[in-house]
Amino acid sequence: MNEMKLLEIKDLNKSFDDKQILKDINLSISEGKIVGLLGKNGAGKTTLIKLINDLLTPTSGTVMIKGEKVGVESKKVISYLPERTYLNKQMKVSEVIDYFADFYDNFDIEKAKKLLIDLDLDINQKLSKMSKGMQEKVQLVLVMSRIADLYILDEPLGGVDPATRDYILDTILTNFNDGASVIISTHLISDIERILDEVIFIDKGKIILQSDADKLRNKEKLSIDEIFRRMFKC
Amino acid sequence: MEFTFDNNIPIYIQLLEYMKIYLISGVFKSGDKLPSVREFATTFKVNPNTMQKALAELESMKLIYTERTNGKYVTKDSKLIEKLKDEYAITLAKSYFQGMRRIGLGKADSIKYLEGIDE
Repeated sequence: MNEMKLLEIKDLNKSFDDKQILKDINLSISEGKIVGLLGKNGAGKTTLIKLINDLLTPTSGTVMIKGEKVGVESKKVISYLPERTYLNKQMKVSEVIDYFADFYDNFDIEKAKKLLIDLDLDINQKLSKMSKGMQEKVQLVLVMSRIADLYILDEPLGGVDPATRDYILDTILTNFNDGASVIISTHLISDIERILDEVIFIDKGKIILQSDADKLRNKEKLSIDEIFRRMFKC
Repeated sequence: MEFTFDNNIPIYIQLLEYMKIYLISGVFKSGDKLPSVREFATTFKVNPNTMQKALAELESMKLIYTERTNGKYVTKDSKLIEKLKDEYAITLAKSYFQGMRRIGLGKADSIKYLEGIDE
């Protein structure tokens, strides 16, 4: 019998009007992995992530979480960091924490408070008074404080400086629970590749490659970043 | 200590090197209990799966062993660690002589340079 995958995508296609954004996507992700979804801007990363989060409907094909089609149940076990913030900037950090605790049964409020302290964030500060980097940290704290089976982080390093990037990576590494998996989408490959188990290259709406990160390095004798650059000449 | 990793080389191989130096230099001694995979992963700031892979490699080299349910330990066979130290020292010495040869210095001269250096 096949081992049940945490995430399984079969023959997935997505079009907007006449434009096909994703083409014949087939992929699966096991438990306990950190996976990099790597592609240039416009490759289809965010569309794929939105389909996994059931925020878009496939044109054809299926997305399954733990053997069930995505929907209300899968949303409970996926903790999702969107590319753009949806938080009300007039709220204080403490209010956002309460809001999340209300909304999600699996939100660990103690963990959130601890992470805020670790990342040097003031719980009484308004989001609007924070720098972009600080706001991104707050969002990450919210997402990583949920006890989930799958964490999906869409460009978590977007607007932050390199020092903060390391902070964010360490927070991801030390805060996903045993057996959970993490999907990180980014085009900033060199910053992130050291923590990845697996890499998925996506280009023009197609999966070009899925591989164990160290095996790929061993085979090509290059960094993932360099392999990616050579493959897509960017 | 800050650990740095070269993205061009598999991370588990670099972890293996760090671990070997820990064993050779006696940070973990023969028979010592090792921290858990998670603890190591936090220290090195790497993925726990990658850490696990490095430890599995050390285990297959018999340098560490797993006691069922109890965790991982450094081998009780201290000769294995001595041998590892010996091999490592030879590799370092060879690379020194290689470097010296590249600038036209033979073994005898190279040793003179070594002796002239205050540690």
